[in-house]
Amino acid sequence: MASKMAITLDVNGTEHEIRVEPRKTLSDALRGDCGLTGTNVGCEHGVCGACTVLMDGAPVRSCLMFAVQAQGRKLRTVEGLAASPGNGGKLHALQQAFIDNHALQCGFCTSGFLMLAAGTLEQQPDIDDASLREVLSSNLCRCTGYQNILRAVRQVRDAGKGGAR
Amino acid sequence: MKAGSFEWHPARSADEAVALLAEYAPQDGRVIAGGQSLVPSMALRLAFPSHLIDINGVEEFSRVRVEGGELVIGACVRHAAFHAPVEPGPLGRLLTQVVHNIAHYPIRQRGTFCGSLANADPASEWCLVAATLGARMVARSVRGERVIEASEWFQGIMTTALEEDELLAEVRLPLLPAGSRAGFYEFSRRAGDYALAMALVAWRDDGGTMRDVRIGTGSVEVQPRRIAVAEALLEGRAASPEAIAAAAAAVSADVDPLEDIHTSADYRRDLVGTAVRRAHAQAGD
Repeated sequence: MASKMAITLDVNGTEHEIRVEPRKTLSDALRGDCGLTGTNVGCEHGVCGACTVLMDGAPVRSCLMFAVQAQGRKLRTVEGLAASPGNGGKLHALQQAFIDNHALQCGFCTSGFLMLAAGTLEQQPDIDDASLREVLSSNLCRCTGYQNILRAVRQVRDAGKGGAR
Repeated sequence: MKAGSFEWHPARSADEAVALLAEYAPQDGRVIAGGQSLVPSMALRLAFPSHLIDINGVEEFSRVRVEGGELVIGACVRHAAFHAPVEPGPLGRLLTQVVHNIAHYPIRQRGTFCGSLANADPASEWCLVAATLGARMVARSVRGERVIEASEWFQGIMTTALEEDELLAEVRLPLLPAGSRAGFYEFSRRAGDYALAMALVAWRDDGGTMRDVRIGTGSVEVQPRRIAVAEALLEGRAASPEAIAAAAAAVSADVDPLEDIHTSADYRRDLVGTAVRRAHAQAGD
């Protein structure tokens, strides 16, 4: 077994000093070592998208990276979307739109979809409907049939609030 | 669903990467770039390298540039780099059209062009582009550098001419001349799935006559390749629907299709002809 390495992960602006084997995925390190269990792990081989997080602003599958590769990068997870409880706890516009449009049922895919949508709207605030459909086809949701997810993200795009709370 | 144990070796320069590869390749070491095929293979325990040489920190590998009539794509240039044209000519536009068929948006943020070439999956879009347009692969090792033509590169399913101590440092794609037209089409059952068949058609328009015709197929046989018999049918001809249909039929007759759980050989043979016709119809100016 390879020995553990001491690394620092910058997640939502907080530095987490952890010790991990090189084989530990970023998703497992976020959940097990940083205690940030909002990122869900579904398929563990890059198909479902439940583990999507932002790395330097780009949405990536955190199960398809090793934690040691994420040193020096700015990571954002679903825990970083809403304001902290001490700061009013206001939801991110996407979180509110998901509630308002009934864009979740069981909720397992939701954190992945939120991060996918947040990263995409920050990169492309004026993304057209066809491109948005293409992007949102990246993740799997077995409850909603996707239409309400599309509706929620379009609503936030149209309000120009991709990066806002 | 967890990868096996390995030692991780981040490289900071190309020289360091090939030195690490020379040391660890004989000990079951492998290069990791985007990792979007390698990491799932490791999770499924289809691959369990003892050492990973990580080239993500090698700055020179992240560059894409035009040099001597070629588009030079470094080892760590992500698929997402091609979402917008990387050069203003017909090649830049073609690559932008093709990239949307590769996996999904988050995968394209990490996966790399050169990684696809080194992986050589029969269903790889970039491998089809490289085979059809005649890319040249630059392999680097501590022994030096050599250039491998596309016609030599592909050696079967997920098999290339790359030696175990060699790293695919860059891929050089010839620019398409002004007046070129090129189109791509693939069929897959769901967005982001592996294609069941795909085709790339490119030619230079010479006052309505097709010149330098290239027709390539992917996801049909063990590796992508040009179909010379079909190209010959269009060379020097006008792009009439009858001529395109004849070329598509020639492609279907020439290929030796793979069979798998999704498709019979006959279905793939039929599908690739349709892909050729639709690739031609997709061709922009």
